[in-house]
Parts: sequence; C-alpha cells; structure tokens
Amino acid sequence: MSVDSLRLGGRGGRGRVRGVAFQALLLASLGIGFVTLGALLVDVFVKGIPYLDATLLFNPPSASPQEAGARPAILATIYMMGILLVTVLPIGVGTAIYLEEYADKSRWYNRLLDLNIQNLAAVPSIVYGILGLAFLVRGLGLGRVLLAGALILTLLVLPIVIVSSREAIRAVPDSIRQGGYALGATQWQVIWRQVLPAAIPGIATGSILALARAIGETAPLILVGALTYVAFNPTLMGPFTALPIQIFQYISRPQAEFKLIAAAAIIVLLAILLTMNAFAIWLRNRYQRRW
Amino acid sequence: MAARDAIAGAQPKLRSDRRRWGEDVIKGVLALCALVSVATTIGIVVALLEPALEFFREVSVREFFTTTRWAPLFEPASFGVLPLLNGTFLVTAIACVLCMPFGLGAAIYLSEYARPRVRKTLKPALEVLAGIPTVVFGFFALTFVTPLFRSAGLDVEIFNALSAGLVMGVMLIPTVASLSEDAMTAVPQSIRDGAYALGSNRLQVSTRIVVPAAISGIVASYVLAISRAVGETMIVLIAAGQLPRMTFDPTLAIQTMTAFIAATGTGDVPRGTVDYHTIFAVGLTLFVITFAMNIVSIRLVRRYREVYE
Repeated sequence: MSVDSLRLGGRGGRGRVRGVAFQALLLASLGIGFVTLGALLVDVFVKGIPYLDATLLFNPPSASPQEAGARPAILATIYMMGILLVTVLPIGVGTAIYLEEYADKSRWYNRLLDLNIQNLAAVPSIVYGILGLAFLVRGLGLGRVLLAGALILTLLVLPIVIVSSREAIRAVPDSIRQGGYALGATQWQVIWRQVLPAAIPGIATGSILALARAIGETAPLILVGALTYVAFNPTLMGPFTALPIQIFQYISRPQAEFKLIAAAAIIVLLAILLTMNAFAIWLRNRYQRRW
Repeated sequence: MAARDAIAGAQPKLRSDRRRWGEDVIKGVLALCALVSVATTIGIVVALLEPALEFFREVSVREFFTTTRWAPLFEPASFGVLPLLNGTFLVTAIACVLCMPFGLGAAIYLSEYARPRVRKTLKPALEVLAGIPTVVFGFFALTFVTPLFRSAGLDVEIFNALSAGLVMGVMLIPTVASLSEDAMTAVPQSIRDGAYALGSNRLQVSTRIVVPAAISGIVASYVLAISRAVGETMIVLIAAGQLPRMTFDPTLAIQTMTAFIAATGTGDVPRGTVDYHTIFAVGLTLFVITFAMNIVSIRLVRRYREVYE
C-alpha cells in the first residue's frame, strides 16, 4: 500500500481539491513547453514545406525567391561539422582525462581549472564571437573564413564536451582501474585500454549533442563575418556562410516570400539536428552500461 | 613488484622505480589540452579589455553608464549604454516571468509526481525544446507570436520586446527545470518519508519540504536562466528590434546589448574607430554581468551538492 492510498491525516475534501489543483498546475507548466514546441514545429512545416525542394538544396542564394537556395550554407555547415570533430574531440576528451585521472583536486590550480570550465560553459555565445573577431579574424589575420568560424565554434562547445566526457569517465568504477594496476599496467595503459573503452558511449553521446549545439549556433558566426552573400561553394580559407546564418538572412529580407524560404531552410536544419539527437540517444540506450 | 617492495620496507611502494618518460609526456599533452580552456578565458578577457580601455579613453565611464541616449553611429554621437541595459533588462524580466514559475513547476512534477517511466520519456522530450537553435525561436517569435498578438487585438509593434521575451522564456523552461530537478532529486528520501509520517500530503511535501531543501539549487537555476537571457542574441536580434530606448513598455521595439553587438559587428566597421570599440565596451559590460551571475550560480550548486551528496 503506498503512502498516497493511506492518506494519513487527510484533511478531507479541501486538501484533496488543492492537491489536484496543484498537480494540474504542475502539468500545465510542463504543457506550456510542449504546446510551444508543437506550435513552432507546425508553423515552420506549414510555411516551409512548399519551398522544401531541390531549388533550396542545390541552388545558391539569390535575389529572386524562385531561384533562392541554400547550397553554400548547407555545405559550409557540413564542412564545419567535420572540422569540429577533429578539433573539439581530442582537446575535450584530453582535458576530461587530465581532470578526472591525473589532476590532484586539492591543488588550487586544478580547482580553478574546473571553475573556469564551468564558467566558460555559460559565457554568452556572442562573446565568443568577439573573441573570434579580435583574435582569429584580425589578430591572426585569418580573415573572415570558414576555418575561423569552425575554430570559434570549437571553443564554444569545448566546455560541453569536457563536462560530458568527465561524467562518462567518472562513471567507470574504480575497481576496473585497480584491476588494471594489479596486473602491472601503467596509468596510461589503464586509461587507454580499460577506462576509455568503457567510457566511449557516454563520450560519444555528449560529443554529438555538443556538435548539434554548434551547428545551430548563429551569433558568434555573425561576428566572424559569416553574414555575407556567398553564391559559390565554400572553401576552408574562403568566405563562408552557414545554414543558421542563411536562415537569418532570409528572415531579414523585406519580401514575405523569403520568410517562407527561411522556414524551409529551418526544416533542413532541424532535420539535421534531430537526426544527430536521435543518433545520440540511440547510442546511449544501446551501449551505455550501468555499473 | 609490489611484493618485493613490501618485503624491502615497511612502506610498500606500488609504483615501479623505473621512471616512464612516455607516461610523463602523455600527462603533459593532456595538461596542454586543459590549458586550451584557460587560454580561452584569458583570450576573452584580453580581447574585450584592450579595445574597451581604448574606448573609455575617448568616452568617460560616467557618460557611458549614466546618460540615456545610445547613438554611436550618428552625428553627434552619444554613448549612454543605459537604453541597451534597459532593453536587456526588459526582455530578461519578461522571460523570467515565464521560465521561473513554469520551470519550477515542471521540475516539481518530474521530481515528485511523475512515475519513473513517465519521467524517462518527458525529460528527453523537454530537452528537445532546449536543442532548438535560437535563430528558429527568433523566427517563431517574429512570424508567429507577434502576428498572433496583433490578430488578438494587442497593439504591438512589428518588432517588440514582448514576443521575444515570451519565446525566450519558453526556451529557458528546460534550463530551469533540469537544474532544479537535479537539486530536488538530491534531497534524501528519508526527509520526505518523515514528512509523510507526520501526516503531510504530497502537495505539502513538495512545497514545504522538498522545495525549501533544494532552494539553493533552484536559485542557481534561476540565476543561470537570467544569465542565459541576458546573453541571448538571435531571438532579440530578429524579433525585438534595433531601437535603443528607455522604456518598460513591452509592446515597443527596443535594442539589447547583444543585439547591438551583433548588428554592429556584421558591417565593415573600420578597425580602430570609436564605432568599432563600442562593440567591445558593450561586450565587456555583458561579460562582466554574466560572469558575476555564473559564479553565483556555480557556488549555489556546490552548496547543495555539499549538503546532500
């Protein structure tokens, strides 16, 4: 018999009514989020579906709504995803290993490092844009190129990868490490052959979610100069635009038709992100072990 | 190896005597990875500080923080940041009115009312909301929410703080809900059981026991939500307008700090000019505000972790 059904000291009808009203209020709190999400998706689909065609996927942007597409932006987004994979993964996982396996947490500098990463995770993305503008575009003289955009997104999502990788590494029980040491393995051998393989599902899930976050990011790319008219395929060291930026550009145009093209581009972006999210959740459910 | 050491001395030494240089190199490389995030913070501070100082050489700090006209690109130029702060504050306040009560409500439901299986489906579903790019929320605010208000007879400008703030508020519900829920889940079951034993019902346990016990985590989630709202760019850039002014009327177009930075940072503002430096002065103001709130939030989270975990 559960505590509820006992109704110890129940105050009769009034208390019960209040309880039900409270629960309804709580459900409404959750509902507001889902109703908005539903309205958003329906709105975007109704507006965007008529424009979701080969023109959108394969044409460059254009002043004429009939011909306007988003090919360079979609390509640039895919390129940036590739660059992010090779930059953010090793640095993020490396940092996580250092903090979880090597760092002595009683040292002030290691605690400061921890605090620093937590703070970086909450720094507004536009501030990263300023960093990119000051150091990558102007300071290093890279200019307003795709590589600068990808690097700034790397720094932006690095804290997310670090935090999720740390959690995955921490979840590996100490007994596994002790077992490795008992067999004479060095610290790195234990990490590389025991801890990391066990932590990979968690690391992969967190990294994919971080990547999805980076792909949808707009503000920092505006500051590194992605808000330009690019009608050709992007190159690593050339001017670029990205899918969210292209969406922003189409929203900003005065003609109403471009807002519908923006909706179609949003469908493409959401499709990419949902695929990544679904893949991450599948990975987590399929491979994550409970110790 | 260990056995030999144990025989040799009273203190058994578990590590090999032979130094392994490879291990040291690896540790060094990993520490270098960790330094990237330190360099990022230093980079942000330097990138903001240097041009901002340049800016304050030409515009006094007093003018910046006390005058009420923001028109850096006009003649005569005027550099009072208060209208931007006003705009940021207005949108943030609207967002908070929505995300604080409803985020907390969602958290209480997930932590205290939902069955484990329901919770397991609802939580990731709510997280989908947090995964939608902000440019999409901006689109939604401008092309759905604002027209909805207008057709409902509410006299809002095409760009207005209300739509942007409300949509931002919904976007932040998962932020508040997930952090608050973490804090509530950390409250030991024994405290709840004690309250039930004294005759409390679920409503009383939730509001008088769990919420007060998790209060530092809940406040942390609120502070983080405010910090996010202050730093959010795309929704306000798209839906709230580009008109810096001193007003608390949510139906009007305004400009926030972030929207100003994005709008000015796009153009080819020549380097070294006062116009160019305004981006950094406003950026520094934004960074300091969000930094202070992030630290408060991190501290509060630590507090409840120390108490219950």
